[in-house]
Amino acid sequence: MCPECDAQVPVDDGVERGEVVTCPECNAELEVIGLDPPRFVLAPPEEVDWGE
Amino acid sequence: MSDPIRVGMLCSRIRVEEKLLRDALAHRGIDVEIVDDRELTLTLGNPSPGWDAVLERSISQTRGLAITRVLESWGVPTINSYAVAATCASKLDTSAALVAAGVPTPATAIAFTPDAAVQAAEDLGYPVVLKPVTGSWGRLLARINDRDAAEALFEHKAVLGGPEHSVFYLQRHVDKPGRDIRAFVVGDEVICAIYRYSDHWVTNTARGAHTRDCPVDATLRQMSLRAAAAVGGGVLAIDLLEDRDQLLVSEVNATMEYKNSIDVTGVDIPGLVADHVRRVARGAPVAVGA
Repeated sequence: MCPECDAQVPVDDGVERGEVVTCPECNAELEVIGLDPPRFVLAPPEEVDWGE
Repeated sequence: MSDPIRVGMLCSRIRVEEKLLRDALAHRGIDVEIVDDRELTLTLGNPSPGWDAVLERSISQTRGLAITRVLESWGVPTINSYAVAATCASKLDTSAALVAAGVPTPATAIAFTPDAAVQAAEDLGYPVVLKPVTGSWGRLLARINDRDAAEALFEHKAVLGGPEHSVFYLQRHVDKPGRDIRAFVVGDEVICAIYRYSDHWVTNTARGAHTRDCPVDATLRQMSLRAAAAVGGGVLAIDLLEDRDQLLVSEVNATMEYKNSIDVTGVDIPGLVADHVRRVARGAPVAVGA
């Protein structure tokens, strides 16, 4: 369930803990923190030192 | 039968690139441990997990540098090395390394006050590009076309304050042909290259540029290997600009993203990186290009 809007968030096969998915209803970026059942937190916002 | 190689893969999040790298390492019989940099604790002088090597894939350059610094103090080889990652994390350090090695790069100047930065821009000649010394994905880039824009932008940065705005890093703008080139270097090989096309003057794929295969000719190969060697070598993405009839190296990236480059080049980038990681884990010296 999306922690921002309470929508059910589908997860594809192969999704892993630590991945970021997008809520289909509110477009929030969500980090997968559990898989059985799927659990999410809001993904941390981009920081100035992120990159390649 | 000898014990399998143990490799830690340092991550902030699991993206396509990390999955492909993990799978490529595992496919080679390597015991891969995903390490979340948010959960990691490292005690100086007290080596732990027993990795033969660590592949650094943190999104956070700060964390990646800090962790590789400690790992190297424990004698754990890292890909890339702390010194290489530190050089690439700073555009100023990268530029200094390129210039010292005689690698062609856009004319670059730094200044520390708005007035001095205007003078530096005038000396370079408009347009100039203002970049943060540390930063990636095309963040905070500004093309400055004239003195009015320069004065306004530099004043804004001075008022904003903070370390990321305290150094004015300026480069001559290169009027590239709607694209730049990214070459992928692994050890002493240029494994492939792509063109990054965009209608915008910023051609990062993180900003929406699309990619096509770029044939690696002798000139591109030599320039890329020289740039890789200038920063210390390893697994590197070299960004190059076509400036009329010559190539200029603009940046070198130490934690390269490549998901948009596999299909267009047909090259198994994660597989070749995994081969390199295996060589490093076995104690092979790192080849450093040209």
